[in-house]
Amino acid sequence: MEILVCVKQVPETSKVEVDPVTGVLKRDGVDSKMNPYDLYALETALRIKEEVGGTVKVISMGPPQAAEVIKEAYMMGADAGVLLSDRKFAGSDVLATAYTLSQGVRKMGNIDLILCGKQTTDGDTAQVGPEMAEYLAMPHIANVIKIEKIKDASLIVEMDMPHMVEVAEIQCPCLLTVEKDIYQPRLPSYKKKLSTKDWDISMFSLHDFADQNEKNYGLNGSPTQVERIFPPAVNIDKEIWTGAGVELADKLTSKLKELKFV
Amino acid sequence: MSRLIVNQEAVNALQINELVKLCPFGAIEEKGGKIEVNAACKMCKLCVKKGPAGVMKFVEDEVPTIDKSLWKGVAVYVDHVDGDIHPVTFELIGKAKELAAKVNYPVYAVFVGHNIADKAQELLHYGVDEVFIYDFAELKDFRIEPYTAAMEEFIKKVKPSTLLVGATTIGRSLAPRVAARFKTGLTADCTILDMKDNTDLVQIRPAFGGNIMAQIINPDHRPQLATVRYKIMNAPERLPERKGKITPCSMNTDTLHSAITVLQVTKKEVEASISDAEVIVAVGRGIKSEKDVAMIKELAELLGAQVAATRPLIEAGWADAKRQIGLSGRTVKPKLIITCGISGAVQFTAGMNQADRIVAINQDPRAAIFNVAHYGIVGDIYEVIPHLINNLKEKH
Ligand SMILES: Cc1cc2nc3c(=O)[nH]c(=O)nc-3n(C[C@H](O)[C@H](O)[C@H](O)COP(=O)(O)OP(=O)(O)OC[C@H]3O[C@@H](n4cnc5c(N)ncnc54)[C@H](O)[C@@H]3O)c2cc1C
Ligand SMILES: Nc1ncnc2c1ncn2[C@@H]1O[C@H](COP(=O)(O)O)[C@@H](O)[C@H]1O
Repeated sequence: MEILVCVKQVPETSKVEVDPVTGVLKRDGVDSKMNPYDLYALETALRIKEEVGGTVKVISMGPPQAAEVIKEAYMMGADAGVLLSDRKFAGSDVLATAYTLSQGVRKMGNIDLILCGKQTTDGDTAQVGPEMAEYLAMPHIANVIKIEKIKDASLIVEMDMPHMVEVAEIQCPCLLTVEKDIYQPRLPSYKKKLSTKDWDISMFSLHDFADQNEKNYGLNGSPTQVERIFPPAVNIDKEIWTGAGVELADKLTSKLKELKFV
Repeated sequence: MSRLIVNQEAVNALQINELVKLCPFGAIEEKGGKIEVNAACKMCKLCVKKGPAGVMKFVEDEVPTIDKSLWKGVAVYVDHVDGDIHPVTFELIGKAKELAAKVNYPVYAVFVGHNIADKAQELLHYGVDEVFIYDFAELKDFRIEPYTAAMEEFIKKVKPSTLLVGATTIGRSLAPRVAARFKTGLTADCTILDMKDNTDLVQIRPAFGGNIMAQIINPDHRPQLATVRYKIMNAPERLPERKGKITPCSMNTDTLHSAITVLQVTKKEVEASISDAEVIVAVGRGIKSEKDVAMIKELAELLGAQVAATRPLIEAGWADAKRQIGLSGRTVKPKLIITCGISGAVQFTAGMNQADRIVAINQDPRAAIFNVAHYGIVGDIYEVIPHLINNLKEKH
């Protein structure tokens, strides 16, 4: 099976704050890592390959530094990787990101299965996968909790639904977004790190794509616009209590009684 | 077309240095005495606004404007499995009514499934003007292609200006597919929605992975799509009488084919969920080790409460993922929540600030949790909670 995993580089922590006076973003030079949810997608791909053979490729869209997450994927066992990087992709919202990734996928030739993480820890929309599937005219199933069976040209999977679990068979080529905990992701191997350190990462930019119309990418290809950013609201109807532990506990006990919770 | 333009002539080494430092995304680099903007650029325009004057310029060409008057109404997707309507639907109808009233629009519901006509009656008790029903055998189970095809039919026929979708597992799969089909914007997990006079939907949600709220609009495309989680909005009162009408819709069923076959549907075991709890004790990184969770559990037991946690604790494996409150966890609306050693990041508070009473215990008086708390207790959980447990035990 030819499998492609979408991986994104995200900031290590959420150390971003907005200056309440100037309304300006303050982002320290934070470290980056692979979106933790994508580790599950990659692990799923590697298990499928181990079972039925094939190749596992990874694709990522981001700045040149995002090549790091592709290297990380190599250390876990991916066979090849592509980075989509271009200044013209800057400012992409979900629609533009999904479109750019779909253009990248089209450049890669035959793919039977695309796997995405459930969501990213920075964008956190869980929308890029389904939108990509639409652009690639593939069926998709989101929130896959289990791969039950891998057939020649289809997969039987379990998906998580509100109050239900559904078992469904989906024809390839298709896209799945996988839940956290579907399989425990393996650790990157030191041996693989050494053996893959000179591996190539294919770089695609806008002029490698079939659609080279700049209006479909980056800020220009993004229908949503951030109009303003602001710190969260403050509740003004509040009491602040200070003092010793015992005092505070007693005060809280009385309050809970007054509110009839005890 | 919009672009960032660098006026290389007007820039000196000092200014380059200033710009490199200014960019929060590390997107500005110095290459051979010139400025280079790399692919990390998020087009935040900070370099234009705060950088040395005249160096960075943002140019914007005219964007083709759409005729917004061709798109009318606020529509709600009826989230259901087998005709069992998910309560988030009623909450969204409540919000849709508020938004629609501002611009004098009708409120629609779109119900896609099989054998659902009688179930649609219920929606009329909540003040929907018109329910559009797509009832076909192919739509019995949720499968992405036929459901998207039915939604496409609905949007082309009714031309709603706004479409609200519940952020359930179904809604989170369907809404992006529909948005991509119409090449329009979609904002996930909005916590506040409002309507401008010009019918642009104001969508507010925590963003950029920080303690920040972002206000997002979709001014040049219709329909405007947003998803909202369960328990974020308030459901309107159910009226004894029914209002509005039900419109069964026909469509070409050739488009309802699917590459997915549903083999089996099983009900999940219902477990006591934090979403339905009346009292919650939530714990964060203020606890020092896993064994201290026992103290929190004891407090919860004494109060008849459910235990919930912040994301770092879930990630550490100290609590089950189902107990996570927040943007990427669950939304809760209990009568009382006591947060213990939680800093109050907006991604956490987005999931609990609708609680009736919020008590926060944190030793840092500047912790953001005190911004949402009704009773802010500045103290050490290791001092306050054991005493509190003793007090409550005496009462029993
Ligand atoms: C896209 C995205 C989505 C996210 N989604 C979620 C989500 O759904 N849910 C979630 O919870 N987080 C989420 N987060 C993470 C969130 O931003 C915060 O990092 C997290 O909520 C912090 O958890 P915390 O308050 O337990 O830990 P910290 O921020 O480390 O706070 C610990 C607090 O405990 C206090 N403390 C320490 N010791 C004591 C003591 N002895 N007594 C009293 N107080 C003490 C400290 O003063 C501090 O304020 C998300 C982040 C991102 C980027
Ligand atoms: N820039 C990107 N490059 C590669 N994959 C991505 C990118 N953004 C999102 N994805 C994929 O889409 C999933 C959902 O992302 P999101 O919609 O941002 O929550 C992620 O888990 C990734 O698998």
